[in-house]
Amino acid sequence: MTALAPREVALEGPRPAEAVPSARVVSLRRLWRLKWGVAAAGVMALIVASAVLAPWIAPHDPLQVNIRHRLGPPAWLPGGTAAHPLGTDQVGRDLLSRVIYGGQVSLLVGVCAVLVSATLGVLLGLAAGYFGGRLDWLIMTLVNVMLTFPFVLLALAVIAVLGPSLVNMIAVLGAAGWPIYTRVIRAETLSIRERDFVVAARALGLGHSRLVFRQIFPNLVSPIVVVATLQVAQVIVLESFLSFLGLGVQPPTPAWGNMLGEGRVYMLNSWWIAAFPGLAIFCTTLVINLMGNALRDWLDPHLKL
Amino acid sequence: MKRYLGRQVVQLVVVIIGISVLSFAILNVIGDPVLLMVPETAPKEEHERIRKLLGLDRPLYEQYWKFASRAIQGDFGRSWYGDMPAFRLVMERMPPTLYLTFAGLGVALAIAIPLGVVAALRRHSIVDNLCTVLAVGGQAMPIFWLGIMLIIIFAVRLQVLPASGYGTWQHFLMPSFTLGAFLAPITMRLVRSGIIEVMSMEYIKTARAKGVGERLVVVKHAFRNACIPVVTVIGLQFGQLLGGAIVTETVFAWPGVATLTVEAIRTQDFPVVQCAVVLLAVVIVVVNLAVDTIVGFIDPRIRVQA
Repeated sequence: MTALAPREVALEGPRPAEAVPSARVVSLRRLWRLKWGVAAAGVMALIVASAVLAPWIAPHDPLQVNIRHRLGPPAWLPGGTAAHPLGTDQVGRDLLSRVIYGGQVSLLVGVCAVLVSATLGVLLGLAAGYFGGRLDWLIMTLVNVMLTFPFVLLALAVIAVLGPSLVNMIAVLGAAGWPIYTRVIRAETLSIRERDFVVAARALGLGHSRLVFRQIFPNLVSPIVVVATLQVAQVIVLESFLSFLGLGVQPPTPAWGNMLGEGRVYMLNSWWIAAFPGLAIFCTTLVINLMGNALRDWLDPHLKL
Repeated sequence: MKRYLGRQVVQLVVVIIGISVLSFAILNVIGDPVLLMVPETAPKEEHERIRKLLGLDRPLYEQYWKFASRAIQGDFGRSWYGDMPAFRLVMERMPPTLYLTFAGLGVALAIAIPLGVVAALRRHSIVDNLCTVLAVGGQAMPIFWLGIMLIIIFAVRLQVLPASGYGTWQHFLMPSFTLGAFLAPITMRLVRSGIIEVMSMEYIKTARAKGVGERLVVVKHAFRNACIPVVTVIGLQFGQLLGGAIVTETVFAWPGVATLTVEAIRTQDFPVVQCAVVLLAVVIVVVNLAVDTIVGFIDPRIRVQA
């Protein structure tokens, strides 16, 4: 596409917004966006640290029941105490401690499921893009089937058969998340396959596996990192939805999703039980998305997702 | 056009077969229907007897064939609890789901189109930056949480809207906004990038040179062309939109297919689960086909490319 020269635009009055920005402005703008990404990474580090260090920083035991202090409001509301900054839930457990511990489940499931689906998806994408032909058709048909269908529904059905547990959830979310990697990696592989260095390597007589893993794969690391980062956020939302429905991590283990599900029952009087775990999910996904966008701008600005 | 349509129909059939295999496999390969009916402690002979009775000792492809040939006739078996054909049970719940989906789509478009157009025409302005913030925030929002917060604010605190249920237009407001907020961010981004792309095209310059007013240039020349990618992606995203409707339904106790499916999963009523999965797939695929056909009709380039 041709950029508009300012003179041509002037036909219909000045339109400064469409003037081509200078190189300095562009780099400043990129830095501005990356700044958000860096800030987001800082917040993410805090979230991860609080989940990992939960036993040391949580003010209370997340499973300790205290019926006398049940449904206590957050500290800044009338009736709240400084001992429970975010209030207590329906059996008097400290909400702040449960939110801190809840991050463990979400982050664990998010990272493990993404590792599973990235491995599957990248391998299938490389196979489809590199070998082409029938294999490509077969894999891409499968991708289309998976992408048209609302994944939530399949996950629900599979969990219902397998029974809810942490491992099953990682398996389901991992097995279902691969198509997006396959689609991105296949498209990239198709174009890299024709590049001179690959053709030269093939002319030197390298075998398929060396061509794919030594020549093509190293060029795919940045799109994989970008997609995987953004997918962690998706997986966390899905995990919390499954737990919210009672099909994920089972109570009393604290997970943001099941806390939200339990809190829903009490929202008439005690809004905080549902509000804070949800806020934690929102902040985490927001921060991960910002990081993913910044990574994309930094590593691979042309990547289309 | 005929060849294009032919290819689309073939794809439709492939996808539906794929989904039916998946939903069959979920119950019959991953799970074991016999274990759902007979307690594990029952004698082995009893397990074998039921297995034979249900035809589960036959090879899998034979079982699938039986399942598929019945399913085509709308026979997914009877609900194990409702004492009704699963097909009828699911079809009765289909209209509320579709109403909600389209209401959500409407809300998303009502938010996304004006904001996207303004953001594209005034790039890097306050409106544009505000839109970016909204889009990034909206994409990170778990919609089941958004729904609960809306209930807490509008139903519990202000008491202006019903918290859940179905029937009047007030019941539609919160669910359709929740679902709309799910689809609006990506749609807004598409509208924005579509308009930006189109505005630098030669025919826009031509229109301006002819002396067409700026408003007309945007509405008639730019917006129409920017719509094509938007319509295509909404078609592709329809499955995700239905997925969002599933989440929304469970929050607002909306009497649609999703609530039925979640109930059926809780009670392990598998004919209903299978039937719902397959029928939703059919709806998604048909909508995709319709969208592709419409887009192919509007834009001949796509017909040739496909």
